[in-house]
Amino acid sequence: MTFKAEVKIMLRPAILDVQGKTVEHSLHSLGHDNVGHVRIGKHITLEIEAADATEAERLVREVSETVLSNPIMENFEVTVTAMEPEGVR
Amino acid sequence: MKIGVVVFPGSNCDHDAYYALKHEIGVDTTFLFHKEHDLQDVDAIVLPGGFSYGDYLRCGAIARFSPIMREVIRFAQSGGPVIGICNGFQILCEAGLLPGVLLRNQGLRFISKHVHIKVVNNRTIFTGELDSGQVLRIPIAHGEGNYYADPDVLQELQAGDRIVFRYCDAAGNIVPEANPNGSQLNIAGIVSAKGNVLGMMPHPERACSPLLGSTDGLGIFRSIVRSLEIVAA
Repeated sequence: MTFKAEVKIMLRPAILDVQGKTVEHSLHSLGHDNVGHVRIGKHITLEIEAADATEAERLVREVSETVLSNPIMENFEVTVTAMEPEGVR
Repeated sequence: MKIGVVVFPGSNCDHDAYYALKHEIGVDTTFLFHKEHDLQDVDAIVLPGGFSYGDYLRCGAIARFSPIMREVIRFAQSGGPVIGICNGFQILCEAGLLPGVLLRNQGLRFISKHVHIKVVNNRTIFTGELDSGQVLRIPIAHGEGNYYADPDVLQELQAGDRIVFRYCDAAGNIVPEANPNGSQLNIAGIVSAKGNVLGMMPHPERACSPLLGSTDGLGIFRSIVRSLEIVAA
């Protein structure tokens, strides 16, 4: 079965996100004073072949931990959904 | 004695490192292509600066899995000397040969300029020919050089005397104003627990000729060669 996975990667809360801070300052200078705590991360989508959803999630977690993110500075969240077979609506 | 300089797609200081070693120091030097598995019997390895694999995903994240790196990791784990400069430092961290990570510079800008670094440990194979407390003037050129590690790792680094270079002012004072990128403890370079792997953000290979404005990088390469000579003797 084919599954679609989405991996959300964010800098760990303890790490200052200078990019997010800069964007936040820029928003403030535009008058959006009610905006705060801007943090910027990555969103990775991938398709994966696996026997079932549990196996698919295990695989996605494995690649997220070893390649897609660096646990020293980042946390990740994974969502896995089954893709509809072609022709089915 | 032979030193290998690894070439990844996107490396751009590989030729500088090769030139410094071969022509300024005068040691047999060879390139090691990222797709190869053969380390060609080199005695020490340089992971040069640049933007391996376009810095895609994270700096050094893809290079760390390239074929040659499997051999480099084995070489390092068996005690072989490895020096990672700039992107090479980032690759060593991604590979887990050095602790911590290089975050984006605190000021967000890519910084390319000469800085001063202090030799805070000259009892390594990379700094044996330098004086303790010596101040080197060496260029940096990076966007992600902000060294970060968890507090327990930092403590380990300090306790084990593994911080080798720290950013300082011209007089050698390690002060916040001399920190170009936000690195914790002004860290510019660290060694592995065994002491055979060095990672540093500044570029010694760009400071090996009077024509380049500084020869302060020579001492680092001389130290490596000298330590290999002692091993061979």
